[in-house]
Amino acid sequence: MSKSISRRTFLKSGLLAAGTVAAGETIAEAAAAPARDQHLATLIDITRCIGCGACVEGCRETNAPKFPDPQKPFPPMVPKRVKVSDWSDKQEVDDRLTPYNWLFIQTATVMVDGEETELTIPRRCMHCTNPPCVKLCPWGASRQYQNGISRIDTDMCLGGSKCKAVCPWDIPQRQTGDGLYLKLLPSLAGNGIMNKCDRCYDRVARDELPACIEACPEDVQTIGPRAEIVAQAHARAREIGGYVYGEHENGGTNTLYVSPAPFEAINAAIAKGPGQPHLGPAQDRMADANHLGAALLIAPLAGAATALGRYLKAARRAGQSRSDNSSSDTR
Amino acid sequence: MPAKTASNAAGMMPGQVRACYMTLLLFMALSGFGQMPIFKRYYIADLPGLEWLAQFYVTHYIHYVGAAVLLAIGAYYLTRYLVAERSRRRISRYGAIQGVIMLIVVITGGLRVIKNYEGYYLSSGLIVFLDILHLLTVMLFLLVGAWGLLARKRWTTNR
Repeated sequence: MSKSISRRTFLKSGLLAAGTVAAGETIAEAAAAPARDQHLATLIDITRCIGCGACVEGCRETNAPKFPDPQKPFPPMVPKRVKVSDWSDKQEVDDRLTPYNWLFIQTATVMVDGEETELTIPRRCMHCTNPPCVKLCPWGASRQYQNGISRIDTDMCLGGSKCKAVCPWDIPQRQTGDGLYLKLLPSLAGNGIMNKCDRCYDRVARDELPACIEACPEDVQTIGPRAEIVAQAHARAREIGGYVYGEHENGGTNTLYVSPAPFEAINAAIAKGPGQPHLGPAQDRMADANHLGAALLIAPLAGAATALGRYLKAARRAGQSRSDNSSSDTR
Repeated sequence: MPAKTASNAAGMMPGQVRACYMTLLLFMALSGFGQMPIFKRYYIADLPGLEWLAQFYVTHYIHYVGAAVLLAIGAYYLTRYLVAERSRRRISRYGAIQGVIMLIVVITGGLRVIKNYEGYYLSSGLIVFLDILHLLTVMLFLLVGAWGLLARKRWTTNR
């Protein structure tokens, strides 16, 4: 009495395995390929920026209704090492990112064509094509729209700050004392809400321009389908003998800067620190795990195949010894 | 001689494999809970050798690798049960419960893996639902498993 797996079944399961892997990779690629084509990207031409700050003002005025509204006194944090992040009395600060300031102007004095030049650079969330702040939020407070815009839903956010930790530029900023965590376990879990540029997703949905673009008197920013913006960025860079930043960083973002000076020089020249993001290299850190996707599909198949293989080997051995015994019988 | 009851019968995993499996579950639990920003907050990542618990990309990667190994082990024993052991074993009630719970863990985990690729836009509601379901079923699996460990339960019993 042997339970044997027919060759046909084995082949069928092998084909199923191969098909599953192929399907999995195809699904992943198929989603990524047209996905970026649907994204809205922004070109920021640093050569045009005069550092007037109109974009910063425009952003603050338009987004003020979305700003945090913390309740004091804050619930005491457990343990005490949990830092309070309170910008409610410093809402006017606009030389760095804060929960009340989602866009600011960074300055860099660099050499351009042999002349010392001050460059002014509007900085905000890069709106990555595969944003870790969205994908790695353990709760689900952050989401990405099909046009590529990423947004933290401050009604859902617990202020865990992981989004900031996994962001290559540390963009999201926390305000203690506001948000859902107050209704759950305010002392033990959560710590406020995270805020960042949301690309004026609501204005964009009404076919209006983001506030910073509308406010700019120098046409520094251009918004459009990603492929067009990337092409424009490279064309402009060629025109001025300049450089592009944001196309490939972190696996790709929807914010492309064009500069007359190399970004390594700019990065060295800007003030960097809390709320003041760098302009340096940014590896796609989600890629490492995402590349394991195929392994996750193959692993159970490998396990099943090993079990099957061992069983078949044992069945063959049992079958052989049975035929050896019967051939030695004498009647 | 104590009677051979369901709780005394040996399961399919030999002792050393079972020890590795338990260790794997430990790392899955640590790297999984480490997705939430709790280990740094609660000083656990301050312990020497445990700094990695607060490094989100590290715990993320470990969780993926561990998931692959777990899937391989699960598929191996499920296949072995189906093709070779059904004549002399059956799934115990404990095994059936843990099996269903683990299935939900795997499905919710798998959906979250897919979500992490570019081009997948899930609503906040769905992400939160998958998050909570994954967390609750994992905690249930660990609780039932802890009880099973103490009560010497196995996923299969002899017929």
